[in-house]
Amino acid sequence: MSARPAPLWLIAGVVPLVNVAVAFLAAGLVIALIGENPLEALQIMLRGALGSQYGLGYTLYYTTSFIFTGLAVAVAFHAGHFNIGGEGQALMGGLGAALVALSLPFLPWPILLPLCVLGAALAGAAWVLIPAYLQAYRGSHIVITTIMFNFLAATLLVYLLVGPMKMAGSMAPETARFVPGATLPLMNQMAAWFGLTLTRTPLNLSFVFAILAAIMVWVLIWRTRLGYAIRTVGANPDAAVYAGISPARITVIALLISGGLAGLMATNEILGVQGRLINEFTAGAGFVGIAVALMGRGHPFGIVLAALLFGVLYQGGAELAFDKPKITREMIIVIQGFVILFAGALEMMFADRIASLYQRFAGQPVSA
Amino acid sequence: MSEAFQIILLAVDSAIRLSVPLLFACLAGLYSERAGVVDIGLEGKMLIGAFAAGATASLVPNPWMGLLAAVLASVLFALVHGFASITQRGNQIVAGVAINVLASGLTAILGNAWFNQGGRTPQLPSGARFNEIVLPFAESARAIPVFGAIYAEVISGHSVLVYGALALVPLTWFILYRTRWGLRLRAVGENPAAVDTAGLSVTALRYSAVIMAGILCGFGGAYLAIAQSAGFITDMTAGKGFIALAALIFAKWRPVPALGACFLFGLLDAVALRIQGVSFPGIGQVPVQAIQALPYLLTVVLLAGFIGKATPPRAVGVPYLKERS
Repeated sequence: MSARPAPLWLIAGVVPLVNVAVAFLAAGLVIALIGENPLEALQIMLRGALGSQYGLGYTLYYTTSFIFTGLAVAVAFHAGHFNIGGEGQALMGGLGAALVALSLPFLPWPILLPLCVLGAALAGAAWVLIPAYLQAYRGSHIVITTIMFNFLAATLLVYLLVGPMKMAGSMAPETARFVPGATLPLMNQMAAWFGLTLTRTPLNLSFVFAILAAIMVWVLIWRTRLGYAIRTVGANPDAAVYAGISPARITVIALLISGGLAGLMATNEILGVQGRLINEFTAGAGFVGIAVALMGRGHPFGIVLAALLFGVLYQGGAELAFDKPKITREMIIVIQGFVILFAGALEMMFADRIASLYQRFAGQPVSA
Repeated sequence: MSEAFQIILLAVDSAIRLSVPLLFACLAGLYSERAGVVDIGLEGKMLIGAFAAGATASLVPNPWMGLLAAVLASVLFALVHGFASITQRGNQIVAGVAINVLASGLTAILGNAWFNQGGRTPQLPSGARFNEIVLPFAESARAIPVFGAIYAEVISGHSVLVYGALALVPLTWFILYRTRWGLRLRAVGENPAAVDTAGLSVTALRYSAVIMAGILCGFGGAYLAIAQSAGFITDMTAGKGFIALAALIFAKWRPVPALGACFLFGLLDAVALRIQGVSFPGIGQVPVQAIQALPYLLTVVLLAGFIGKATPPRAVGVPYLKERS
């Protein structure tokens, strides 16, 4: 009797859940190691993140950024490439939005605001253009080039913010404030238009953009000709050639979309919250995107859920650091690391065991 | 002695100090990648090593114990990377990212919980650090023109780890090109199937290379925390692991050019530190960021194939799956 593949719900549902559970278990051990109670910590985090309108607003505000960066990593994954440069592309997205907002302040908001959002996406895409071209046509490894471009973006932004773009008279490395027409409304302001009262949080319109982006990525990858080409190139570039698809061209296009999505992360932080360009505003969201994409297994629905989980972790982690000074905010980074390790690098570690368990109950041989 | 000569000597001296952590990490990456395991976790291994060195040396005031702890911590992380990349045949790059993220989070949280200094380890007394060694006759040699100054300023007055790092370059060359293990290591990075056919264990060879990378990253971390500084500070590697990776590509995965690349990047760092606010005739001020960006920029240009071609070991990044009969 030959083994048949394990059912999809097992491989795409149970295995990732086990992986994430192990990651959290490992993080719990770290909390125990520093002499705190992991269960109590979990309780504080959940209450802080979901227990109030205020907490929930912050949670969804963090989620917004992670949806964008997670989608960015996922689109590149589908084409078989690892875009590790989300951090730099998001920084450049902020620069793009700021350049539009600061150079065209006279435009009415219905024109200026879409241009700012477009500026963020285009600048993010532009920042991956060179690495994408070099990967596609000269075989330079995209992982290395995008790492280098992350550092280049960071140094470029510092240069601009302490030099040419610095607001006159300010000590901080930041630009002047944008005109109100170049900023996105906060969710509580939008609720007020409909007569609703919400607590003021940084949650803004870009959350809606993020959900739309997730839907559009799903349509792109599974319902369009381009998406089919992207998945073909990702699965087997040689086969793609025989199907009349140019792997080089598709690589560049997929990575440009990826960079654009990463750039859109800036709509949340720069257009939605800051209303000016500041240094290091991405705060690691580009790297969270890697964990989010791995955890969501590249599917937009999984990515939104994973981004929400990381949103809970970020907001809950802030509350936790406030309640338990020993568990600093870096706890989130530890959890992120374990998620990348268990849901990414060790993805198949438990798959065989789970498949054989299933086999024992289902009574037929399966292979993971 | 002219002033310009003195400035050059000081710049070279500080370039040596700044290039040592790069050199350790770069040679670490060299062992790993020549054996076919991509290592973008150099940064994380160095960071956890630096933390272990700083923490241990503050408890046991002996730099050698600090170094030992750094090596152990870094090797532990290397084994995680090896387990994921070799045994589980997972994605080596994702494993490297996991190592980096974990190291960055763990060092901050454990440092804060154990020492209550916002993530730092306590300031180390002189006896708990690797101190500068003044070579014999350094002071009396100053009287000799040119060579005396070079000897006193540049060659003498470094910690034992600096001399160790420099000695590691010819040693690595010898190991790679003149020993049996080195030959096998290079073979396993180019054509693991052939090594397997010859009856050697691909797994064992790759693990030995990954452990070697762990040991060297531990040295690099220890240098940062207990030789260059007097304790660990949060995120003290600050991207050095990635510059080392750039240097490795720049050196085309060869030990002697690795020394050159690390020294070049160290020199750029030293120059960036010195030119802050200095106005040059005809050019004006050069922004520090322009020089800080150079290592990354040069690496991209090299990778693009415009200055020679950097060809990585052929099997790098590919997990080896033994054929089943």
